[in-house]
Amino acid sequence: MAAEEKKQEFWRWPEGIWVNPDIDWEKGKFITAGVDVGSVSTQAVVMVDGEIYSFGNTRTGSDSPDSARKGMGIALGKTDMKVDNIDYCIGTGYGRVNVPMAQQAITEIACHARGANYMYGPEVRTVMDMGGQDCKAIGVDDRGKVLNFMMNDKCAAGTGRGMEVFADLIRVPVWEIGPRSFQIKQEPTMISSTCVVFAKSEVVGLLEQGMPENDIMAAYCSAMAHRIIELLNRLGVQEKFVITGGIAKNEGVVKRLEKELGIKNMEKAWYKKEMRDKVPFDTQIAGAIGAAMFGFAMLERGKVKSARKA
Amino acid sequence: MISAGIDVGGKNLHIVIMKDGKVVAKGAGPTGIQKAQAAEKLYDEVLAKAGLKRGDVERVVATGSAGKRVAFAGGYIPDAAADARGINKLFPSVRTVIDVGAEEGRAIKVSPEGKVEDFALNEKCAAGTGTFTEAMARALEITVEEMAKISMTSTKSIPMNAQCAVFGESEVVSLIHQKTQKPDIARAVHDAIAGRVASVARIVGLEKDVAMVGGMANNAGFVDSLKRDTGMDIKVPEDPDYVGALGAAVAGVTAVE
Repeated sequence: MAAEEKKQEFWRWPEGIWVNPDIDWEKGKFITAGVDVGSVSTQAVVMVDGEIYSFGNTRTGSDSPDSARKGMGIALGKTDMKVDNIDYCIGTGYGRVNVPMAQQAITEIACHARGANYMYGPEVRTVMDMGGQDCKAIGVDDRGKVLNFMMNDKCAAGTGRGMEVFADLIRVPVWEIGPRSFQIKQEPTMISSTCVVFAKSEVVGLLEQGMPENDIMAAYCSAMAHRIIELLNRLGVQEKFVITGGIAKNEGVVKRLEKELGIKNMEKAWYKKEMRDKVPFDTQIAGAIGAAMFGFAMLERGKVKSARKA
Repeated sequence: MISAGIDVGGKNLHIVIMKDGKVVAKGAGPTGIQKAQAAEKLYDEVLAKAGLKRGDVERVVATGSAGKRVAFAGGYIPDAAADARGINKLFPSVRTVIDVGAEEGRAIKVSPEGKVEDFALNEKCAAGTGTFTEAMARALEITVEEMAKISMTSTKSIPMNAQCAVFGESEVVSLIHQKTQKPDIARAVHDAIAGRVASVARIVGLEKDVAMVGGMANNAGFVDSLKRDTGMDIKVPEDPDYVGALGAAVAGVTAVE
């Protein structure tokens, strides 16, 4: 039993919650929410008149409606707002049709594009959403509208899930992999297997041969960057380029991707200057932000009616 | 005339010793990390079984993904050639060989003389290989052998959405949560691999007779799925995982002659 208790889940990343102390939601005209139920993680963002009021970021469970409720529960947990106070809620992500509090569902591709536009500004032309079980390269215009996209949802290589499998195998917490992948003397050759399952055998072999763990992390991050670039090249990358989703937090992958691509991604900072020192910049909430913004725009233009119950 | 065939695969090692056209000894074991040493050790064991010494063997031919690491081999032939030679010795009527091992799947078009006419290969992706079955058996908490057995009792065809072995594991877990019966899940897994393997086989064309070799040929449930997918009868030799090693041993005889 003791061994059981000590078992560490190396793939597990920290959950997030944030509430804007400067907004009095009761004075707001339109309260909108976006709930992004992804295959691995779930985020809920609540906005008051298009400004972020609160957000929650958690892991998706085995049931989409429960995950949506859990995400929303975290976002509202430290506030006195209730779900019934929300004017309009939009579900997005893999489980978007199973968001019980949502009035509508919009694809995560549209929401990530719209969210990236809100987060990084109108100059964004390429959004790379690196999610838990898929990966999308999206071309967008200055209003955050999707122009074209390329997607990999068939193969775990190049997705967050692949990185989690690797973290568990090498027994290093997933958020340490990026920084540690730079603590090396020389950049190693990347892991040659594309398939995550085969990469695992390859990594075990490298460990047996005595390759330092940090070097193996570097080799895995390179391989993942390389895999993602294949998708970006098929779409055609245009500046400015941004990365959303969980893998965006892994510098080990992002820096190597920039190097191979020869293009830097935009600095992770809010487009609105007043938000920069206040609101945490979480690349995983882009989809939920986009969903909440769609709701706000629809209410403002009178395209939908408020579904507020209290 | 004594020859030896050594097949060093992704996970397993197979050795066949032939004397005057007949198999006199054979053995198998895990490849492990130290592939060359594992091959040396098993070779001596198999020779001892046949009452032979290294010096008695006129020709040693290696094959398999790590076959080139066998230092004591006098020659090397690619897996496809070994499969073609091996199946030709067992079933001369076979024109298409499907070989599904632990980490590779391939289909080979064989000439009546046992030569490779064409072949297609999947070595990039675990879907469509034995590793996929192992991962799914783990998720089902049963052995691969049990999975093979129970899959044949299922009469339901459930499609698996995931192609990737990593995503497949999650899908199997959610099927268990949905209270899907284990035999039905086992069959769904075999059907999924069969679909991938058949699409590789269709690249070379499925000309009659078709045979299946490699470790996955021992899995009767999978062979059933492949028969359903291709709509063809599939011959499975005794000890299908030894066919590569047999082919290498046959190639040794040809080389000496």
